[in-house]
Amino acid sequence: FCTLSQFFGKWGSLAMAVNYGTRSLTQLAELPELHQMLRQTCRDYAEKELAPVAGQLDKNHTFPAKQVRELGAMGVMAVEVPESLGGAGMDYLAYSLAVEELSRGCASTGVIVSVNNSLYLGPVLAFGTEEQKQQWISPFTTGEKVGCFALSEPGNGSDAGAASTLARQEGDEWVLNGTKAWITNCWDASAAVVFATTDKSLKHKGISAFLVPMPHPGLSLGKKEDKLGIRASSTANLILEDCRIPLGNLLGQRGMGFKIGMQTLDSGRIGIASQALGIAQAALDCAADYAHKRTAFGAPIARLQAIQFKLADMAVALESARLLTWKAAMLRDAKKPYSKAAAMAKLAASEAATFVSHQAIQVLGGMGYVTDMPAERHYRDARITEIYEGTSEIQRLVIANQVLKEYQQ
Amino acid sequence: MAARVLVGVKRVIDYAVKIRVKPDNTGVVTDGVKHSMNPFCEIAVEEAVRLKEKKLVKEVVAVSCGPQQVQETIRTALAMGADRGIHVEVSGKDYDSLGPLQVSKILAALAKKEEASLIILGKQAIDDDCNQTGQMTAALLDWPQGTFASEVAVEGDKLKVIREVDGGLETIKINLPAVVTADLRLNTPRYATLPNIMKAKKKKITNVKPGDLGVDLTSRLEVLRVDEPPQRQAGVKVETVEDLVGKLKEAGRI
Repeated sequence: FCTLSQFFGKWGSLAMAVNYGTRSLTQLAELPELHQMLRQTCRDYAEKELAPVAGQLDKNHTFPAKQVRELGAMGVMAVEVPESLGGAGMDYLAYSLAVEELSRGCASTGVIVSVNNSLYLGPVLAFGTEEQKQQWISPFTTGEKVGCFALSEPGNGSDAGAASTLARQEGDEWVLNGTKAWITNCWDASAAVVFATTDKSLKHKGISAFLVPMPHPGLSLGKKEDKLGIRASSTANLILEDCRIPLGNLLGQRGMGFKIGMQTLDSGRIGIASQALGIAQAALDCAADYAHKRTAFGAPIARLQAIQFKLADMAVALESARLLTWKAAMLRDAKKPYSKAAAMAKLAASEAATFVSHQAIQVLGGMGYVTDMPAERHYRDARITEIYEGTSEIQRLVIANQVLKEYQQ
Repeated sequence: MAARVLVGVKRVIDYAVKIRVKPDNTGVVTDGVKHSMNPFCEIAVEEAVRLKEKKLVKEVVAVSCGPQQVQETIRTALAMGADRGIHVEVSGKDYDSLGPLQVSKILAALAKKEEASLIILGKQAIDDDCNQTGQMTAALLDWPQGTFASEVAVEGDKLKVIREVDGGLETIKINLPAVVTADLRLNTPRYATLPNIMKAKKKKITNVKPGDLGVDLTSRLEVLRVDEPPQRQAGVKVETVEDLVGKLKEAGRI
């Protein structure tokens, strides 16, 4: 008979648990030192450099170029990219922690970091040739350049298999035609991963992925969307009109596009879950702090059970979503299947973000409704997390699919 | 040209934490409270790392005195660019009564052992605000000191230090080896980058006992009692300037 503490004692340091790639309960309870240091440095940066300007960035829809460069210098714009290509060479759990802490300061900066890491560098790292990695990864690790991911179209978001953007081969070039919608970072990006149909008859197996530099002849950008939240991050349409790119810009193999897209989104889900956690944490911080200070009926409102119950529910929603997110990241790091975990993480975290930020405004009362306090910004920022990189409905389908597979008759 | 720099880093309660006095008034609550590197020590580490980057110094050694937890603080210094660390093990009652006198003896002994020619410390710690360790260390070593430094420049085998003093700025030139204490405006410390955090893992931290350095940790001070500052009293509103003057005279203020 072996007690739990004896069992974990055998594994020695937490660092060893990481190397074994096992889902260690102790790792879920307390992070390894490396990750704690990373979390602290990102938290310090967010508190000092992001939180003070987040309101202004949001109000003026300003891309945080200076902060992105500083984050690039810290290695945060390319967490998983190996050092040989200019990245930080850390794991996905580290990346998740970084995005959460940065999003706690500024949700827009969080998504800019997440899209660059997961949606742009991710597929190139996973499917690119050595040459492509040199050309399309190294310049995008420093924060000087960011990339974007163009899958959605005006006619299809959730219905990704119905890509109507077309790519045809003409001599030694690909020619792309079509419109992509809702592209995060596009006004500030220097490259895009674009998905287009190369063989319409093969339906979703006829989609391919392409690397397109920006700006480029034949590529133009639609107007910047005027969004409810994450306003410092630019979102717009990408319009391709006889956009010609070299044959070597095909990412992976012809027809692999859907697979690349779905695999990339699986990872990206963990990034967005992390962003949602950061927003929820910021909202909870705001509400709890206010509850201590605001007095009503002769005492701080923190003494009232109605407020206490809200804070408890907020804390539980946040912490459970965080553990799901860490688990998904750890599974991915251990090269185990993580689709279900990632979908659960994104679903839980995004719904936690909207719930927590909603309740935070309630705790703040009138003060929650005005721009003097950040609660209203967290509420607006949170909403998108339930929509992009796979709507909550899609997440439910993914999860149900996985669950039913486990019980296959 | 200083070959080796010793930088002292102290683990203190984080500056943002609300300090609470223990119910028995023997000290402040430290259990479960967030700790981090003393902000002035961060500035000291940053200055040392910058000197190394300018190739004016060959090695930066971070030193901290305390229990196991101070290794976190040393690792933060390593992540900022220090080359290796020394953990001087002090725990329990010895740690509770550890003060500038003992630490300066330890630093002086280490400076001799490590053949350091420059010691950079924070001007003071934000927990005890002593502002003594740098000065005592210099005295024990019979080295010159440049305290409250807002600028440090190496000029051959001398240091030009611009000091922040009450009247303004004072510029002095001191011979190496020397002790410098960092003031707020000396520099802005860098954020640890992810690659440096990874590298810090591989850098060495050696453990040393004060006894090995021939240092006696007995304190000459005894803390009798720790109290919270008095609660801020409500003010009094008056109607006219005459009333105000009257009240101030009553209180013996004018």
